[in-house]
Amino acid sequence: MRRFLQPILAAIAGLCLGLAVTWIAGENPWHVFNILWLGAFGSPYDFGMTLFYATPLVFTGLSVAIAFHAGLFNIGAEGQLTLGALAAAAVGGLWPGCPSVVAPLIAAAAAVLAGMFWGAIPGWLRARRGSHEVINTIMLNFIAAGLSSYVTLYLLKNPETQNPETRGIGASYLIHQFALFGGAPVSLALPLAFIAAFCVWFFLAKTTWGFELRAVGESEAAARAAGISAANVRIVALSLAGALAGLVGVAEVLGNAGRFKVGFSPEYGFIGIAVALLARNHPFGILVAALLFGALHKGATALDLETEHVTRDLSLILQSLILLSVCAEGLWSWMARKQK
Amino acid sequence: MGITGSFPAIELRNLAKRFGSCIANDGVSLCVERGSIHGVVGENGAGKSTAMKMLYGIYRPDAGQILLSGKECSWSSPADAIVAGIGMVHQHFMLAGPHSALDNILLGAEPTRLGFINRAEARRRLNALSEQNGLYVEWDQAVEALPVGIQQQIEILKLLYRNANILIFDEPTAVLTPQETTALFQNLVCLREQGKTILLITHKLKEVMAITDRVTVFRGGKVTGETETSRTNPQELANLMVGRKVLLKVDVPDAKPLPKIAIEVKHLNLTGPRGSRHKLSDVSFCVKQGEIVGVAGVEGNGQTELMQALLHPGDFNCRSSGSVSLLGNDVTTWPAGKIRRLGVAVIPENRHEEGLLLNRVLEENFVLGMQRYPEFSCAGLLNSRNIRASATRAIQENEVRPTELTIPAVKLSGGNQQKLIFAREFHRNPNIVIAAQPTRGVDVGAIELIHKRIVRARDEDAGVLLISAELDEILALSDRILVMFEGKIVAEFHRGKVDEVTLGLKMSGS
Repeated sequence: MRRFLQPILAAIAGLCLGLAVTWIAGENPWHVFNILWLGAFGSPYDFGMTLFYATPLVFTGLSVAIAFHAGLFNIGAEGQLTLGALAAAAVGGLWPGCPSVVAPLIAAAAAVLAGMFWGAIPGWLRARRGSHEVINTIMLNFIAAGLSSYVTLYLLKNPETQNPETRGIGASYLIHQFALFGGAPVSLALPLAFIAAFCVWFFLAKTTWGFELRAVGESEAAARAAGISAANVRIVALSLAGALAGLVGVAEVLGNAGRFKVGFSPEYGFIGIAVALLARNHPFGILVAALLFGALHKGATALDLETEHVTRDLSLILQSLILLSVCAEGLWSWMARKQK
Repeated sequence: MGITGSFPAIELRNLAKRFGSCIANDGVSLCVERGSIHGVVGENGAGKSTAMKMLYGIYRPDAGQILLSGKECSWSSPADAIVAGIGMVHQHFMLAGPHSALDNILLGAEPTRLGFINRAEARRRLNALSEQNGLYVEWDQAVEALPVGIQQQIEILKLLYRNANILIFDEPTAVLTPQETTALFQNLVCLREQGKTILLITHKLKEVMAITDRVTVFRGGKVTGETETSRTNPQELANLMVGRKVLLKVDVPDAKPLPKIAIEVKHLNLTGPRGSRHKLSDVSFCVKQGEIVGVAGVEGNGQTELMQALLHPGDFNCRSSGSVSLLGNDVTTWPAGKIRRLGVAVIPENRHEEGLLLNRVLEENFVLGMQRYPEFSCAGLLNSRNIRASATRAIQENEVRPTELTIPAVKLSGGNQQKLIFAREFHRNPNIVIAAQPTRGVDVGAIELIHKRIVRARDEDAGVLLISAELDEILALSDRILVMFEGKIVAEFHRGKVDEVTLGLKMSGS
C-alpha cells in the first residue's frame, strides 16, 4: 500500500510547495492552481495537448525505467529519441512514395532501430570495456544533437523554409490523429504508449530475459554466480531502453510534425528520468506519472499570459519539488518511524 | 573488592527490545560476576547480539534495566558505554588498514600536548599494557600488513587503552587458526586474572566448554538457560539453543568414490593486481564422483579465488593460466552459465552478495539460475505455476522458515537463507557441488541439515568440493583434505589420518 501511496503523497506535497513559492512571488496560489488545472484539463483541446506531451514521456520514462531495472542509469534517452525521430523523418523524406499500409511500420522500425543502436553503444561499452554508462550516454546526447543538426541542415534540408527542419515525409507515413481533442495532435502514438507500457511490464515480470535483467539490477554478483551473463544483459537492457526512446520519433514525426525539427523535444529524455523516479520504475505507474508531468508542462504554458509574477518556468520548479519530495526517502522513513 | 564487591559486574534485568513487529529481546535477564569469562550462546536471531548491543549502547532497551556494579545505567550511545568501562571487539574488526597499529589504537582517544598528538606518551602507556597482558604488537606497522590474530590483539589493546573493565567479544574466533585461537584464549585468561570481566558471544560450543566459567543460552529472544560451564556439556547446550534434540555430529558412512573424475584442476595460477602476488599458484587437484574433498585453510589464502576460478575460468580476473575440467569436459573457456548447466551446484561463501537477491521474494530466489530450465520456462516465458509448485515443495523439504513465497529473502534468518540456497542448488540434482563456508553464520539446527544434505549428495555420486575455515566441519565431512596456504596446496590427507593440530600447523604454513 505504501508503495503506491508514497509517490502520490510526494506529488501532492511537491505541488503544494511549488504553489507556496508562487505565493512568495506575490500570486494567489489558488489562482495559479486554477490556471494550471484549466490549462491542462480545461477543454478537450487542452486535455489533448496534455496527452500529446505525456505520450513521449511514457516512452522515455519506460526507457529510463527498464535501464534502472538492470541497474543502469540511462541519461541518454534524449539522444536516443533524437536519432529515432531523425531516422523516421529520413525514411519518410527519402522514400515519400512508400505504399501506405507498410509506410508507418517501416518508419517506426527505423526509429526503433536507430534508438536501439544509440542505446547499444553505451551498453556495449559498459559490458565489454567497463566504462560507465552515465558518462557515455551524456556524451552520446551531444553527438546525437550535432549529428541530427548536420543531417537536417546539409543532407535533408527542407528547401521551402529557413527553419532547421527536414523536408516533409510522404503522406502515407502519417498515422491517424483522433478528432476528439479539438485539433490537438493526439495520434495513434497514444495507444502505442499504453501497449509499450504493457509490453515492458510483461517483459520484466513474465519472461526469462526480464527476470535475468532484474536479477543483474538487484545484484550483479548473485546473477553472475547463477550463470547469468551480466555483460549480455546490460547490452540488451540499454538497447531496449534506446528502442523505447526511439518510439518518441513515431509520436513526433509520424503523429505530429511530419518532419524532423531540430530542437523539437522540450527535454523529453530528461523529464523521463523524473517520470521513472516518480513511478518507482513501474511501467503502469509511468503512465500516471507521464500524465502528471505532461499536464504540468501544458498547464504552465498559460502562466505567461495569465499571471503577472510567474512564468511557465514554474512547471520546472514544480517538477523539481515533486522529485525532491519523492527522493526524500529519509523524511519518509522518519515519518514512518514516528507513526510507530 | 571494595564497596561494589557484593554486586555482579553486569546485571541485565528483563530487557526488552522490538523492531517493528519482531520481538528481538523479550525479558532478558543476565548476571555476570566480576573477573569471570561468561559465554553467551544462541542461534542467529536468538537475540544475543541485540542484548549485547543494548549493553554497549548501540540500541536503547524498550523496557528493563542495565546495572553495572549494582548501579543503574542508561546510555544513548556507545560513547557513554565506553566511558563506563565497556568495550567491544567486533567480529569484523574496526581498523583503518593503511594506518599504523599505534594510530589505530589512539584513534578517537588521542593524548594531546599543546594540540599535538603525544605519541611518545601513548607509546609508554601501551608498552606497559602489552607487557602486562602478553600482547606483542609492532606499533609502527600498517595494520593491514599484520596477521589477523595480531589485528585482534590491537582491538583488545584499544579497549584496554580506554580503561575498559568489561570486554565483549563477538565471535572472536571466526577468523583465527587453531593456534591463534589458543593464543587468544591465553590472553582472555590473563585478562580475567587481572579482574576484567569478559563476555564471549559465540556459537562454537567447544570454545564455551574450554574457557568460560558460566554460560547463558538464548533462544527466540529469551534466555533459556544459565549454568556453570562445568555442570553442562555441549549436547545439553545445543539442545537448549535449538529447543529440541540435535545431532552435533552427522554420521558419515565411508565413501564409495566412482573412478569418474568430477573436478580436475591443473596448474591453476592467478596473479594478483599489478602482478604483485600470486593469489593462486600452481594449484592442481581432482575430485572424484562420490567423494567429498575438503579444502582447509585460514580465510584469505586463495579459497575465494579458487572458487571463482572454478566457476568463471574464462574470466582472466579469476584465472591467469592453467585448466579446469568438469565431468571430463575442458571448461576452461566456458561461460559460467554453460558450466552451471553441467549440473554444478554452488554454495557461495558470501550468501548476501553471491547467493541471494536479498530484496526479491523467495520464489524468485528459488528459480535464480534455473529460469531457463524447460521445467520453469518455455520459449522465454516463465511458467509461474511450475515455479511456485517446485519452490513450495523445495522449501518444505529443506525446512526453510517461514514458508511464504512472497516475502523478500532479506527477512529470513541466516540459517534459513542458507537453506533456501541449498533448496535451489540441490533442485538441479547436481553432479558437482562446490560449497564454500556452507555453515558460516548458520545455527546449530541448520548445520545438521546442511551437513546431511552434503553427505547425501555425495552418496548420490556427486563430486563435492567443500571449502571451509571450520576445521570440525572439514574433519567430519571430508574423505580427503587439502590444505591451502598462500595460494598453494601445501598438504593432502585422507579421512582419519590427520588431527586438528597437524592441520592447524599446515594452515599456518609450517
